[in-house]
Amino acid sequence: MKKLYGYRRPDGSVGFRNWVLVMPAVACVNHTAELIARDSPGVVSLHHEVGCAQIGADYRQSLMTLLNTGLHPNVGAVLLVGLGCERVDPHTLAGEIASSGKRVECIVMQELGGTAPTVAAGKKIIAEMVEQLATASREEVPPSSVVLGVECGGSDFSSSLSSNPVVGYVADAICAAGGRAVLSETTEVIGTEKILTARCASPEIASKLVERIRRMVEYSRSEDRDEIDGVAVPNNISPGNVRGGLTTIEEKSLGAISKGGYTSPIVGVVEYAERVGRDSGLWFMDSPGYDPECTTGLMACGCNLVLFTTGLGTPLGNPVTPIIKVTGNRLTAERMRGDIDIDVSAVLEDGASLESEAAAMLDALIDVANGKQTRSEELGYHDIGITRIGPRL
Amino acid sequence: MKRGIIMNKADNVATVLDDVPVRETVASRGLAVPVETVAREAIPRGHKIALADIPAGADILKYGFPIGYALTDIPKGAHVHVHNVGSKRTEE
Repeated sequence: MKKLYGYRRPDGSVGFRNWVLVMPAVACVNHTAELIARDSPGVVSLHHEVGCAQIGADYRQSLMTLLNTGLHPNVGAVLLVGLGCERVDPHTLAGEIASSGKRVECIVMQELGGTAPTVAAGKKIIAEMVEQLATASREEVPPSSVVLGVECGGSDFSSSLSSNPVVGYVADAICAAGGRAVLSETTEVIGTEKILTARCASPEIASKLVERIRRMVEYSRSEDRDEIDGVAVPNNISPGNVRGGLTTIEEKSLGAISKGGYTSPIVGVVEYAERVGRDSGLWFMDSPGYDPECTTGLMACGCNLVLFTTGLGTPLGNPVTPIIKVTGNRLTAERMRGDIDIDVSAVLEDGASLESEAAAMLDALIDVANGKQTRSEELGYHDIGITRIGPRL
Repeated sequence: MKRGIIMNKADNVATVLDDVPVRETVASRGLAVPVETVAREAIPRGHKIALADIPAGADILKYGFPIGYALTDIPKGAHVHVHNVGSKRTEE
């Protein structure tokens, strides 16, 4: 494996990016955060839809997502922007993020007197932070530093036949080297319970996983189906999947789980956006399959790199963690060249082996870890999506 | 001749890698010897062709695992998709 260079954080984690993050405590100041971060290299702002008008489990999930985004090892410093009347207390959240040892500042618009003074104050702070982070340099880090999220979206037949198995070999290689991989998308493991539970490190982990899948099956059956080309299609696969040739959730899932590899044990199950533990191996995060929400959960749970397979093509990215998009469909590789990072279509078109494509993918993954920009980073894709449980107040 | 791929020797369907017109032969790789099947109908790229006659109620096998069951008798060479396959996990 090629050498890896990252940023060691005071809490022991390792980042492959060194962002100054401008994070709104509530969606009302999303635009303010964007104005602060605009035209400042090394600074990224978050655009989210939470921070107020949520209660109970929904509120806790949103808060955990914001907290774990601030704690993320790819983030070197955080400027929290509050409005002043929101449910999320920006000062408390800033304090919790600061406990990781990184620099965190907090400004509140209703105290500062509106947008213009808040933007001016914010710009002053981020300029200092950028200067401070510029003194940090990458150092060699072990392969065990990698927390690799694996995800698929816009899947077609090529995903299951080529890109997903290739990603699976890379996930196995990372776990074998002492690292961690995170599989998620509970919708897309329905029907593969026997295969996954056989890989679980303990019966407790297996029963937690099975329970999460059962809940998702129940929910996806609870609403009427849509018709696609005159046929009522189950709610757990998308119209694009069906047009692409995927027939049932079982077929989709069997192809989807190959992203999680074949040999590494499943060492734990975490909630959406909950940080994974230290154990090396494959983790499972309970999440929807919906791409923007799943990617956000993978970032928040600690993934410092994500391999994202897409047969049909997607521009998806994330403000904090690099999303490396992979396609096994040659038409997509050609048509969406500017959005695809890795083309493994040689598997289906030229008879290339999954193993040789996996070796090349591992090299490309390390290049991104070491600083090479992904397509979505070049394009400045900064949206996130936090999943919801209940209605808004 | 159009291309197909078989993922496991137990499978009774192959995935076609080209758009297949009716009566065209599909040569599917993946096993020791390519399997030739004549398409009874047009099958779009990425969709599945039946490698054998599949009686109503029988499992549709891909990757060596059931991905659903036949809603009707599916003859060899037919397009296998949502119109003739049900999901046990969605409907049970």
